[in-house]
Amino acid sequence: MSSQVRFTDFKSDKQPTWCPGCGDFGTMNGMMKALANTGNDPDNTFIVAGIGCSGKIGTYMHSYALHGVHGRALPVGIGVKAANPNLEVMVAGGDGDGYSIGAGHFVHAVRRNMDMTYVVMDNRIYGLTKGQFSPTSREDFETSTSPDGTHQAPVNPLALALAAGGTFIAQSFSSDAQRHAQIVQEAIEHPGFGFVNVYSPCVTFNDVDTYDYFRDSLVDLADDEDYDSTDYDQAKEVILDSDKEYQGVIYRDENSVPYNESMGLTENMSEIPDGAPEDAMDLVREFY
Amino acid sequence: MPEDLNWAIGGEAGDGIDSTGKIFAQALSRAGRHVFTSKDFASRIRGGYTAYKVRTSVDRVESVVDRLDILIALTQRTVDENLDELHEGSVIIYDGERTTMQDLEIPEGMIGLDVPLKSLAEDAGGAIMRNVVALGAACAVADFPIENLDESLQKRFGGKGESIVENNKEAARLGREYVRENYDHEFDYELETTDADYVLLNGDEAIGMGAIAAGCRFYSGYPITPATNVMEYLTGRIERYGGAVIQAEDELSAINMALGAARAGARAMTATSGPGIDLMTETFGLVATTETPLVIVDVMRSGPSTGMPTKQEQGDLNMLLYGGHGEIPRFVLAPTTVSECFHKAVEAFNLAEKYQTPVFLAADLALAVTEQTFPPEEFDMDAVEIDRGNVVSEGQIDEWVSESGQFQPHLETEDGISPRTFPGNAGGAHMTTGLEHDALGRRTEDTDVRVDQVDKRNRKVETAIEREDWSPREFGDADSDTLIISWGSNEGAMREAMGFLEEDGVSVRFVSVPYIFPRPDLTDAVEAADEVIVVECNATGQFADLVEHDALTRVKRINKYDGVRFKADELAEDVKRVLGESAEVTA
Repeated sequence: MSSQVRFTDFKSDKQPTWCPGCGDFGTMNGMMKALANTGNDPDNTFIVAGIGCSGKIGTYMHSYALHGVHGRALPVGIGVKAANPNLEVMVAGGDGDGYSIGAGHFVHAVRRNMDMTYVVMDNRIYGLTKGQFSPTSREDFETSTSPDGTHQAPVNPLALALAAGGTFIAQSFSSDAQRHAQIVQEAIEHPGFGFVNVYSPCVTFNDVDTYDYFRDSLVDLADDEDYDSTDYDQAKEVILDSDKEYQGVIYRDENSVPYNESMGLTENMSEIPDGAPEDAMDLVREFY
Repeated sequence: MPEDLNWAIGGEAGDGIDSTGKIFAQALSRAGRHVFTSKDFASRIRGGYTAYKVRTSVDRVESVVDRLDILIALTQRTVDENLDELHEGSVIIYDGERTTMQDLEIPEGMIGLDVPLKSLAEDAGGAIMRNVVALGAACAVADFPIENLDESLQKRFGGKGESIVENNKEAARLGREYVRENYDHEFDYELETTDADYVLLNGDEAIGMGAIAAGCRFYSGYPITPATNVMEYLTGRIERYGGAVIQAEDELSAINMALGAARAGARAMTATSGPGIDLMTETFGLVATTETPLVIVDVMRSGPSTGMPTKQEQGDLNMLLYGGHGEIPRFVLAPTTVSECFHKAVEAFNLAEKYQTPVFLAADLALAVTEQTFPPEEFDMDAVEIDRGNVVSEGQIDEWVSESGQFQPHLETEDGISPRTFPGNAGGAHMTTGLEHDALGRRTEDTDVRVDQVDKRNRKVETAIEREDWSPREFGDADSDTLIISWGSNEGAMREAMGFLEEDGVSVRFVSVPYIFPRPDLTDAVEAADEVIVVECNATGQFADLVEHDALTRVKRINKYDGVRFKADELAEDVKRVLGESAEVTA
């Protein structure tokens, strides 16, 4: 079946209401291509999204999907994967969704290492609520709720993931379509929690972290022959380098054992008998 | 009245009170006696007063009374805390060699048995067994065959090796012999044994067992008193049936994981107590509006805020009924006994899937920590029926798609129940969202669609009211002028209180309600009675408000909110007071 699936099969007939030029178009297209390239089809794919511009993605894609509450998409994805490990589970969120209200879940999802993919559309601003600073906004970023800067250091999501024991940490840029799709594909193929932070510019409210800014400043790790993504120390150096922006697979733990595997989660839990299990009286006898 | 014995062991948390009490309760159960246990415990690991109480009879016992016959006191405070329940002739077993207990004054009329628990335990192989020495002493007092104690010592310590078991058996015998040799007092007890084989379990365990029987395969939760036992029970057991327990990072995550698992087609559950329900409330709305079947257990404790985590209350009723922004269809079930925890758990899963609606299962601390004996047939696994509702198989999906060929998870139907398909099923791909949505699950702000979808979700409740049996449990004199209504765990105490009342010539009709929403229509019963009293463990009478609302009348109320469950004899007094009588009721 997989050979016949095209990425457009993952497209719904709903027209996106994202602003013209929004980075999220490219982010979504890359996700659809990556899903199709990895042999998935809409019927075995489950997309979970949170709230905000990024959260709309489930509406514009075609698959089994749930659009949840703000910040809580990751636990939903974990539950889906646990109940049916045969499904391809992809969670999409924004920087507010993932690193602010959902930061707790992010850290624990990373360390839990369930075999799923997490794509964060990072535009360094709150778009849908019309332009407040986000957890990844720069310290001097002026917005309606930070007229003279945020007075706080931005969250470094890659460092957070590394500190939490992340087994696959990557970054991409939505307008570098081919690289972005390739990186998401690698995240899907990774056995464990594949985390991709995607620079996905907001053309309406963020005039600092623009397409031009990323185009000019991005360093692609694929261009560096000496870079070894399985080398923890190199990854740490790149992640803590605040002078540059990077794209590519930054860290990959080759010994990653996914949570579903180590927990022995192999069964599709939707299939249950018509009555109590045959040996259910044993459950009672334990209380003698 | 059953010929009952009330026994307790008390000391500091960390003294092994719980396991000692459990050993004795199991011994009684193995001897074919009914047991009903209750616990006084503080919210700490070590230190602080804690007690394990056992009421036992050859007849079924379903409540506690205000009376203590034999008390093993490991601390002075144990005696002080229980002074109200001790009576003339009560036996207090203590260790007078212990420095803190040398000055123990046995209250007038009671019998103090000074037993060197620690020394005798050392003789048997180690001071750690002093509680078991005390159990042996209690066997002597109660004239209870020590061989029955041996069986439960084997069960408790068998895993640690035969010599440990033998040492414990010896410790118990030393305790028994010490009492026999040093006290020639004739004790009035003779604990009869029977051939019956009972199982002994608490409400949390019964909920977990019901969940597995009902096909629950996914559980996520966060530890919280007094609900943690549900998670601990399921861990290691649910896996045998291909399921999994995930300990989440918080309750927000717990309910969202359960939601995900339910969307993937698993029967899923989470359990928590009041503070956790607060945290889950946002996602609860998502569960309801996405029409996801989910069972959420609230094992209530004293609130508000962190309140009294180890104390009893039924204070969350309004939150379960009304919690969450907007208007959310839900079912609220409240088991009335430990065994009903099992049956209502099974029912909760069926209701959740048949109506694609979240179901609250409201237990409380008194049910959760009470261990009670039952004939095993009470948990009839053959009677468990599983109804998954309107699940559409792969071959039938085409019948349920829109004109454009897409599956419609929120299709408007006459009974409000839409088709359901599980991820992985070809042709069934669909989304759903907490935003108001159309039949396809897609966001809408269309006024007509909005109204239709709200009506559709509410219509499921109407359908359920028609199709299911929401009857209460009835006891006592159906023609009595006095109607007493309670919900949840008060049933046992009230049933026994009826016996006390009967002795004093007061007969009542008692209706015990296990369904909060939908609930039985009690209007006729209320109108037929001269006096209506609603009994519940909260200060404001949350269920009484509902009865008044339904029947358009005023009722009287008995409210208890000191953190302790109703005691049968105390409740009988309360009923008389409300009825305007003053006679003493004695247990």
